[in-house]
Amino acid sequence: MDTLDVSRWQFGITTVYHFILVPLTIGLAPLIAAMQTMWVVTGKAHWYRLTKFFGKLFLINFALGVATGIVQEFQFGMNWSEYSRFVGDVFGAPLALEGLVAFFLESTFLGLWIFGWGRLPKLVHLATIWLVAVGVNASAYFIIAANSFMQHPVGATYNPDTGRAELTSIWALLTNNTAMAAFPHAVAGAFLTAGTFVAGISGWWMVRNMRRARTVTAPEAAKLEGDARTMFRPAARLSLLVVIAAGVGLVYTGDVQGKLMFEQQPMKMASAESLCHTATDPDFSILTVGTHNNCDGVKHVLEVPFVLSYLAEGEFTGVTLQGVEDLQAQYEEQFGPGNYRPNLFVTYWSFRAMIGLAAGSTLLAVAGLWLTRGNRVPDQKWFSWLSIAAIPTPFLANSAGWIFTEMGRQPWVVAPNPTGVDMIRLTVDQGVSHHSVWTVWFSLITFTLLYGALAVVWFMLIRRYAVEGPLEHDAHPPGDDDEEPEEPGTPKQLSFAY
Amino acid sequence: MGLVEVWFILIAVLFTGYFVLEGFDFGVGMLMPVLGRRKDADGDTRRRVVLNTIGPVWDGNEVWLITAGGALFAAFPEWYATLFSGFYLPLLLILVALIVRICAIEYRGKIDDDNWRRRCDWGIVFGSWVPAVLWGVAFANIVRGVDINAEKVVTSSLLDLLNPYALLGGLTTALLFALHGAVFLALKTADEVRVDAVELAAKLALPTVPVAGAFVLWTQLAHGKGWTWILVAAAAAALAGVVALTRAGREGWAFALTSIAVIASVVLLFGSLFPNVMPSTLDAAYSLTVDNASSSPYTLTVMTWAAAFLTPVVLLYQGWTYWVFRQRISTKQIPPSIGLPLGRR
Repeated sequence: MDTLDVSRWQFGITTVYHFILVPLTIGLAPLIAAMQTMWVVTGKAHWYRLTKFFGKLFLINFALGVATGIVQEFQFGMNWSEYSRFVGDVFGAPLALEGLVAFFLESTFLGLWIFGWGRLPKLVHLATIWLVAVGVNASAYFIIAANSFMQHPVGATYNPDTGRAELTSIWALLTNNTAMAAFPHAVAGAFLTAGTFVAGISGWWMVRNMRRARTVTAPEAAKLEGDARTMFRPAARLSLLVVIAAGVGLVYTGDVQGKLMFEQQPMKMASAESLCHTATDPDFSILTVGTHNNCDGVKHVLEVPFVLSYLAEGEFTGVTLQGVEDLQAQYEEQFGPGNYRPNLFVTYWSFRAMIGLAAGSTLLAVAGLWLTRGNRVPDQKWFSWLSIAAIPTPFLANSAGWIFTEMGRQPWVVAPNPTGVDMIRLTVDQGVSHHSVWTVWFSLITFTLLYGALAVVWFMLIRRYAVEGPLEHDAHPPGDDDEEPEEPGTPKQLSFAY
Repeated sequence: MGLVEVWFILIAVLFTGYFVLEGFDFGVGMLMPVLGRRKDADGDTRRRVVLNTIGPVWDGNEVWLITAGGALFAAFPEWYATLFSGFYLPLLLILVALIVRICAIEYRGKIDDDNWRRRCDWGIVFGSWVPAVLWGVAFANIVRGVDINAEKVVTSSLLDLLNPYALLGGLTTALLFALHGAVFLALKTADEVRVDAVELAAKLALPTVPVAGAFVLWTQLAHGKGWTWILVAAAAAALAGVVALTRAGREGWAFALTSIAVIASVVLLFGSLFPNVMPSTLDAAYSLTVDNASSSPYTLTVMTWAAAFLTPVVLLYQGWTYWVFRQRISTKQIPPSIGLPLGRR
């Protein structure tokens, strides 16, 4: 492998790793804010316990999200310096805005939220978690606007004197139609992730409490059943409604995004469908076998008519779609010799994995809402298994989606906009830094080992805290019964300390 | 003054903010084992007092670096690209250290186990020392100049970066941040930890004053300008006053002085650099300057508006956070560990 390959693997590994943690943060922050709001509004202690319980899981996840995010900010300059020179004038702006608008907000107010229990007035403290929720979503918007420039460059012009892309309209950049579709899609994915996470854990706890209640003494059983009914059941219902809403949002934004891609990045969609040759009303492929990268070696096993035409243009018939080979010929004519095909195997299967994995959350939502209908609390063993099994599926779907959208853009790092400035385009081999391959191998191995070790710690902590459940010392909100001793000289204990 | 000069100043402001705020965070992390290694008191409680002085704020402090990086990318893409690809291995080490430190701080209290805490403490110490040294090495090299060829690529090897001037720079930042952290701890703690922090600050000042003085003077003589003598004087005066004020129990003023020393040093580095942003030692014609490394006027204009509106807001709410958590922390205020045991009970 040469420097380019190692650099691509490094960016891929570090980004996928970062984006395992990010969606949970983005989705869970508003969910926790909602739980805390329920506590402040209703005064019911179980909402407080839920806030603390999921808050702990949120913080374990947030730490590693921040840690892996720092690398991303510098990796452009470290490994992709030629790319950074070419697009820095445009690409740097949303990155700097992300720092100024979002990162400061989330990090500062998260500190206030963690340490502010019992110190800030209730409503001010509630506001801090809402600001964290706003911050994490705002950061998603800015970074997706930056990424969307690479997929569909707008708001910029090519300066032949400097040989670089230069920003002409920040407004056009921030309202790029690609960003306007990708941002809600990613946020819906994040809400699906967090909703499934909360519903999965709550579902598991409901079943566990109900089954344990059968084997213990009456007062203990009443407590276990009470927790299942008054705490985990509302948490599960709330998060499953979020899952449903997110699912609907994903389908809609995914459809919008797909139609944009057919128009703006036809090669990506042609390879997602293994559509090798231009055809009118091609069938939608569900399953293929064969060597994908040798286009003609693909055998289409299972196909359905009309779907693809609808996905592409919203019509059932009369839609002509370009194939990979025809686009390749067209690009060679337009941009000179070269291979303009992405890895067809990866794009084909990541697209299907992204869509297929949504089944996990869907099953959990249907089963969970059905089993908790009326005033029921489920105690079926299979439901606790389903609850746990569903949790990883949206994480995998998020990864698959990003792998599809990023690897479908290959060989471009800035894909040419068919209706934009022709010279704003860059292939990945033009964007990579001039390092020796060993230098990049060294950083790749370092990050992979470090991230691998931290992933183990992260998983262990999340699992440990989820299995421990809401803790006893979080049973009562601070300041409810023990008003602070107003004596000077006897300082109050900190409500939280590292 | 044109927009490129404004942005040079803003980049300097962001890095100054980073070094003032993370300077004491690093110092706190560096000194945690020193102040926590006392036999007469419960060492872990003392380490928690030390760590919790920066508890609610260290994450926000670190964002100054992220934003400085983003602002560098936006305003001076050539500088961003050359700097971070050229200083590849030092930056990699800094990133590894920051990652380890973040996780160590956040995860330390999650498990109630001595070995777990010991490992996290190692992470915090490693994650504080490494950037404290390497940022000094990196910035000294930026000011000194490195081999930059006509393609704007740094061709200096790692060993070239470890020259005497840069190593003195690394030693200076490490000592300065340690002193800054010690004074911050004296300001933010109570009782016995405070007494020890004052003593430690006095001890640290002994090597810091000559080392930092030598580095600042070397910088001034080799790269400085007429007006930067003011900064040399300010840094020297500030450092001289630190010990006396700490001993007199005026930790607030002492902290103001270490902050001034850090600010003066960083401004001296940026002032010596201007109008270059990365001078080349191969040929002055290859040097990156504020003019040939900057973004287009439109980008700079947009970013200026954004910075003009957002920076005061950030300063306001970060300042408020410091106000909310302004009380000193004593060992009596540290609650018992709420971490879970490693295995299930």
